[in-house]
Amino acid sequence: MADFKAAFRSRDIGLLGLIVVLAVLVQSLNPSFLSPENIADMTKNTAILAILSIGMMLVIITRGIDLSIGATLALSGMISAQTVATWQEVSPVAALLLGTLIGLACGAVVGGLVSKGKVLPIIASLGLMNVFRGVTFLVSGGKWVSANQMPDSFKAIATSDFLGLNTLIWVAVMVYLIAYWFVTWNRTGRQIYAVGSNPDSAQISGINNNRILLLVYVIMGGLSGLAGVLWVSKFASAQGDTAMGFELSVVAACVLGGVNMAGGSGRISGILLGALLLGILNNALPLVDVSPFWQNFIQGTIILVAVLINALVKRRFNQRILQKRKI
Amino acid sequence: MTREKNPNATTVELSQPFSLAKFFFQWEWMLVVLFLLVNLLNVNLSPYYLNFDNLKDALPTFLDKAFIVLPMVFIIILGEFDISVGSIVALSSVVMALAFQMGLPMEAAVGLCLLVGTLCGMFNGIIIVKFKELSAVIVTLATMIIFRGIAYILLEDQAAGHFPSWFKGLSWGYVGDVPTILIVFLVFALLFGWVLHKTALGRRVYAIGNNVTAARFSGIKVDRIKVLIFTSAGFMSAVTALFLTSRMGSTRPNVASGYELEVITMVVLGGVSTSGGKGRLIGAVLAVFLIGYLRNGLGLINVPAQVLLIIIGLLLVVAVMVPNLQWNKKRALRHGERKKEGK
Repeated sequence: MADFKAAFRSRDIGLLGLIVVLAVLVQSLNPSFLSPENIADMTKNTAILAILSIGMMLVIITRGIDLSIGATLALSGMISAQTVATWQEVSPVAALLLGTLIGLACGAVVGGLVSKGKVLPIIASLGLMNVFRGVTFLVSGGKWVSANQMPDSFKAIATSDFLGLNTLIWVAVMVYLIAYWFVTWNRTGRQIYAVGSNPDSAQISGINNNRILLLVYVIMGGLSGLAGVLWVSKFASAQGDTAMGFELSVVAACVLGGVNMAGGSGRISGILLGALLLGILNNALPLVDVSPFWQNFIQGTIILVAVLINALVKRRFNQRILQKRKI
Repeated sequence: MTREKNPNATTVELSQPFSLAKFFFQWEWMLVVLFLLVNLLNVNLSPYYLNFDNLKDALPTFLDKAFIVLPMVFIIILGEFDISVGSIVALSSVVMALAFQMGLPMEAAVGLCLLVGTLCGMFNGIIIVKFKELSAVIVTLATMIIFRGIAYILLEDQAAGHFPSWFKGLSWGYVGDVPTILIVFLVFALLFGWVLHKTALGRRVYAIGNNVTAARFSGIKVDRIKVLIFTSAGFMSAVTALFLTSRMGSTRPNVASGYELEVITMVVLGGVSTSGGKGRLIGAVLAVFLIGYLRNGLGLINVPAQVLLIIIGLLLVVAVMVPNLQWNKKRALRHGERKKEGK
């Protein structure tokens, strides 16, 4: 067990090293990379990705995947943007709550299908991705909510500072602290890992698997709803195709962070580093004159290489255990 | 139905089939009834629907993606998924258009399109087989982004087209009064159906889907079959790319996005179980026509594309859930029987 933990820790150090190497490389090519403005911009962009990665990690730990979160994000962003555009006096906190509630509802639908309906997560979320996306278009009537329709207080969610740090970053930090407590010290949080690593023994030891499955998708939905409001406030525009394909970046961050796609393992520190690495990469590509059309390819390659390396590391680890047993 | 002549996995799995299960597993009959209902609905909705020309002209608009449905039936029976097919369509279509623009004769460009699709499928298959601990979902999720990424790198935000007229005629062409695409599709469907239901390879696919370990121990070359089937999915995606590009007259890197969803919906609606080992090709073929004409009819009365998206998403989820509930009930029933026998 100690070996396993050490393997994980060395992985975190490796990721950190990769981030440093990448930063030095990009900085030498373009000195504006580590300027305070760019760092602020980069961390703001990464905050949303990092928030969503937590939910996705929990889902993947239970052997699932949720591809509907981009659409959930768009739907909650659109409805909350329309709300503040119609009633200018609605407070930003109320908008955040509304978005989160919509996200929770969407997550409950996905979770209900997965837990009660016994639909494979990939199928349920793929189907609902289209439903949510379609509903977003219906709700908006195909129109955008643009910056001049939104009250300043709403846009301030993403632009205001608190103690010198952007509000988005504060939200992300808070979510991470709560998530860290939840998966480390909370009984329900630990049960998520139990269900993921062996559903049958979890059931036998008295865990209500369906309840846990429902819970992780509801958390995922709630975080996507929250992220939807942050996203719309940050870009000051809500569109029908907001965050299309963003779910893949989130999966990529989790895979990079060492979350095992077969379920049962995944750590908060890992996904934080994974999200940071991806955020830096997305920010750095335009700075070093890589055409934006390369972004898809690079991201896909990262996911593929990361899962392949994960698999190889695990194989070597298992082999080592076998060798020990022989002696 | 020809169920008795065609013993398939369901009858193998249930050593003592009882009438209730038999009745519920006539999923294909359900589809026929649904198909008639959809047509009845369409006839009532639009006076332009029940018209030979409309029914005929609708075929090229939905049959292009039907080519991928055929290998996807195999893949889902194996207990796997391939969500990269839409991107393979885009990549092979873009490569074909670029090759033609660079002066390659169209015939060679078509050959290149088929080759690219096949190679993409083979790439998927080899990785899935070499890394057994990874599910096909995550591998094809990554290659989905990679293949479309390559298409974007090649063509950026441009469109490519100006194909010769014979190529444009491919999708809208007729042999006598029958659309060419229908004939090609039926030939492929017969071929895939024959392989799945009449050959040893098909039986092995069911065996792998039911229990991959048992299949491996009984000497089935699981890896070789998997690579073959994922390769065929790549090839058929390229065939789809041919007909799609021909129908649209030009191509962009973002074509065929969301095809994987529609294809999986058709297969699942066709009664192929997502847990593997169950299902028949005829069901999926029926589902192709069912969804195709549903879209056509709703399109005639100007239902917006977003509503169609919602309908297809819901169809997928419901189609998966209904048999699952049925299966759970059946398992509970069988469990009860076993208990009685024990006492």
